[in-house]
Amino acid sequence: MDHLELYGVGLSSRLMLGTAQYPSPALLAESIKVSGTQIVTVSLRRESGGGRAGQDFWSLVKSQNVRVLPNTAGCHTVKEVVTTAQMAREVFDTNWIKLEVIGEEDTLQPDVFALVEAANILSKDDFEVFPYTTEDLVVAEKLLRAGCEVLMPWGAPIGSGRGLNNPYGLRAMRAHFPNIPLIVDAGLGAPSHAAQAMEMGYDGILLNTAVAKAGNPPKMARAFAQAIEAGRSAFLADMIEARDMAAPSTPVIGRAFT
Amino acid sequence: MRLEINGEWQETEASTLAELLTQLDYGDAPVATARNGAFVRKQDRAATALHPDDKIEILVPRQGG
Repeated sequence: MDHLELYGVGLSSRLMLGTAQYPSPALLAESIKVSGTQIVTVSLRRESGGGRAGQDFWSLVKSQNVRVLPNTAGCHTVKEVVTTAQMAREVFDTNWIKLEVIGEEDTLQPDVFALVEAANILSKDDFEVFPYTTEDLVVAEKLLRAGCEVLMPWGAPIGSGRGLNNPYGLRAMRAHFPNIPLIVDAGLGAPSHAAQAMEMGYDGILLNTAVAKAGNPPKMARAFAQAIEAGRSAFLADMIEARDMAAPSTPVIGRAFT
Repeated sequence: MRLEINGEWQETEASTLAELLTQLDYGDAPVATARNGAFVRKQDRAATALHPDDKIEILVPRQGG
């Protein structure tokens, strides 16, 4: 069986799904269900006392029988990230943390210097860190040395739907770290983007906006799941190399009129 | 005393973080707390004294990407 293993947890689905921006809780629940995902991302936010939105959301997620990966979205400093991770660990009862430190507002590009520093602190505090990073190999090495066992390079800026902005960089990263679980996180718009990453040998895909903002989120969630499965199968099946000139597929031997 | 709670200044008579949560009607809601940027564990809230101008964060589970 072709399983993905993240921090010792075996997973049959290679899709990790965000829970934000869905038109309704029902469509979120349906998208989770039909996608077959086993991991969903969640966050912590402010809510007035007496409000129930947070509690209702948490009840819905718990009823889906999936593992949660809390994020540190919106944090800009190491201190904010570390405090948010500690708060998330208590509320969500998990050592997993999707580590995001935003360094630039237009692209929501990770601040990789703060990211490495925070990964060091959190790993020493028994967190299992899923760093949202770039395809920079030097940063990746430092994250692994900090204790990360998974790397999550961006495909493109969060929410942009652009797909894989730097296929060369992602391919180089895959080749450089053949045995590290690599998840493409963010920036995908179409299922074909996910298939492309999986065909490169990426281990999984984390996405949110492409599903949540689609006209039919459950249908799109299913489409991504199928694309991820197809891409994974293609990678395992060892695709042919592209070539510049045609090569006849029908046998030349036995051709008539020669 | 005046505290900054989730980004808004509010008057309170609570003397500890646990009392503050009760006064603000959080009840049994799943919340995480921080005081002046540092995480305060659930079991430490009753012993966490509040001081004027403290910045308190009270966070709940929400949707995330």
